[in-house]
Amino acid sequence: MRKNLNVIAAYSIMMGLIILVGIFQSWNIALSIFNLCLISAVMTMGANIQWGYAGLINFGIMGFTALGGLAAVLISVDPVQEAWSAGGSNILFSLFLIIAMVLAVRYILKNYKKSKNRTYIVASIIVLGIVIIRFISEPGIEAIENVEPAKTGFLGGLGLPIIFSWVVGAFFAGGLAFVIGKVALGLRADYLAIATLLISEIVIAIIKHEDWLTRGVKNVIGLKRPAPYEVNLQQTDWFINLVEKFNSSKLNIITDLTERQTALNQLVIEGSSVFVKLCYSGLFLVVVIILLILTQKALYSPWGRMMRAIRDNEEAANAMGKNVVKQHLLIFVLGSAIVGIAGAMLVTQDGLFTPGSYRPLRYTFLIWVMVIVGGSGNNFGAILGGFVVWFLWIEAAPIGLYLVNLTTAGLDDTHFLKVHLIESVPYFRFLMMGVGLLVIMRYRPKGILPEKIEIK
Amino acid sequence: MDFVNAIILLLNYIFVPALAYGSQLALGAIFVTLIYGILRFANFATGDMMSFGTMFVILFTWYFQSVGISLGVFPTALLAIPFAIIFMVSYMLIIDKFVFKYYRTKKSPPVQLAMVSIGVMFVTQAVVRIIIGPSDRRFFDGEKFLIKAGEFKEMTGLHEGLAIKSTQVITIIVTLILVSTLFWFLNKTKTGKSMRAYSDNEDLALLSGIDPKKIVMTTWVIAGILATIGGALYGLDKSFKPFTYFNNMLPIFAAAIVGGIGNPFGAFLGGYVIAFSEILLTYAYRKFFMYLLPESMEPDGLIQLLSTDYKFAVSFSILVIVLLYRPSGIFKGKVL
Repeated sequence: MRKNLNVIAAYSIMMGLIILVGIFQSWNIALSIFNLCLISAVMTMGANIQWGYAGLINFGIMGFTALGGLAAVLISVDPVQEAWSAGGSNILFSLFLIIAMVLAVRYILKNYKKSKNRTYIVASIIVLGIVIIRFISEPGIEAIENVEPAKTGFLGGLGLPIIFSWVVGAFFAGGLAFVIGKVALGLRADYLAIATLLISEIVIAIIKHEDWLTRGVKNVIGLKRPAPYEVNLQQTDWFINLVEKFNSSKLNIITDLTERQTALNQLVIEGSSVFVKLCYSGLFLVVVIILLILTQKALYSPWGRMMRAIRDNEEAANAMGKNVVKQHLLIFVLGSAIVGIAGAMLVTQDGLFTPGSYRPLRYTFLIWVMVIVGGSGNNFGAILGGFVVWFLWIEAAPIGLYLVNLTTAGLDDTHFLKVHLIESVPYFRFLMMGVGLLVIMRYRPKGILPEKIEIK
Repeated sequence: MDFVNAIILLLNYIFVPALAYGSQLALGAIFVTLIYGILRFANFATGDMMSFGTMFVILFTWYFQSVGISLGVFPTALLAIPFAIIFMVSYMLIIDKFVFKYYRTKKSPPVQLAMVSIGVMFVTQAVVRIIIGPSDRRFFDGEKFLIKAGEFKEMTGLHEGLAIKSTQVITIIVTLILVSTLFWFLNKTKTGKSMRAYSDNEDLALLSGIDPKKIVMTTWVIAGILATIGGALYGLDKSFKPFTYFNNMLPIFAAAIVGGIGNPFGAFLGGYVIAFSEILLTYAYRKFFMYLLPESMEPDGLIQLLSTDYKFAVSFSILVIVLLYRPSGIFKGKVL
């Protein structure tokens, strides 16, 4: 109990802050902050596994998040039958050709010795393959994109409940991580960072512009929800009764019947959106707790000890017979898969998939700030980092406004400096993040909750 | 005649724009590579430092315009650049003193410095947005075209026009002057030589009495000059928007690594490699073939290898391929 005191203190302060937002702003805002904090926490756990456990630097978080989001679309949207009949066969055939091409290249690379001829053959297979695939897929893509472009114009998904996408998103992200890991994990740390950053940009470019798969920048809206809809809730009796019971003291003061009814309606509308958010919070909390238990178990298992050994001294671990390359790949895949789950969760919560919104600042660098601030190598720290940084990211604008008003109190309201500063309040969040990161890195380089390794 | 038309077409749409864009990338790439070679970290604040410098160029340009100073046919920004450089360099030296120096003297691993540069990135981005705002700004004035497409057609009697923007010419000329001065400095002067020695082998350089403080300071000064001029040229040619500058960091990194990081000449060429491949692979060659082939063989598609949406993706793919097959870059930099 004693040694966990700082963890408990940090978390209670965080919870207290969110509750304060609930009291002073509104419970709706507080809960949406809380939900995104939970999603951020999942992302930071993924990044923390890679960075904190194994010292791998992955700046491709954005790409994995987007893949998770893509999974949500491909799982939950109903299939578009016309599109499938228009161009489905071409797409499937191209997919088959891609697989055949990859297998052929693999076969040649495996069975023939390195020579100039081999390189030429591989290159010609790839070039020829790409030309043939484009030739076959192009009419298919065009046909698909012409099926009601305003409404669909893409293949759609499987029409399953969106919850499944959380698992599928993990597999998507893990699969991509496997490929990237095979290619890039041999690089030195900062090159790995640049390479993953650029690869994630490629992923986003593909998601943005392959309209037949993702609708691209036209966005996919109205995804199915795992939680009830507000409109339906507002008409169900048990929910209205619940709201009534919950607010009975407030309602009983009002004696006029019609007035009481309007007040109740207002409360039901507010309550329904809070209730939906609470449903999401419950679902996300389950994910966070399961992941936390698993990662904690892994951290203190022999495998976790091996990972730390590899992180702290690769050569020594290698000399002890640990397969460093294999373990790096494994942990890269695992961490990215967790990020993929978070990506799917995010799209589930928003109910829409907007490829244009994936930007490295928000989905890669901000997550890294969370990991560093929270405490790399410590799962509780990573989660806390997600909470603290997301909370500040959202609340930076009000805080900035307050500070601006405080410092320019002596100035006239129409003074150009004051007007300008108030207009640029939204950008104070960047300043806050930057300064926070620099201060933490300088004075508490292990984060708010540093890594603590106990031998049990 | 058709053949000449085809050539002019390529010159107009590929060669000239790529040369200008490549020069802008090259300046950024040399900036990255210098920081990497001498201070030994990947600077993720590159794009934002460039936008910081450009911001001062714009502010000075506005000031000069308001007091009525101009360079006639040349953009006023050229006059503003030296003043902006002073601010930029002092900003960089301040950042180095308060942020990077601590980690350098502690001999922190490069990854940690890269993380710190992310902090600097956030701060710089905030400062730029607070001072000048996030919107798109054009600060070009003076004569816009050196050769207009219409005039060119009249002059030569060809079908295809060749338009050369004055910003493109300015970009190329300024880049050539700047880069040749830089190479002269690095190869011929004592400070330049000691910088290269320090980059090559730090311990040996320190043993032979090279002052690391002076080296670091010179590096930041050169970096500040490169960042300001590179950013200003890009802004003159296209437009200034903090977000675009942040994104430009990615092709700049690609250029630096493709050229072999730590190797300024490689970075210089890397900029052009990236720019040309981006434009060559995403250009629609339909018209080109229409000029060259007889009418019966005219192509019906756009003959475009990749859609222009994948412009950035091209440079990143090149980078990935280079990293795979030649991790030290095309022109041999430090082995990763």
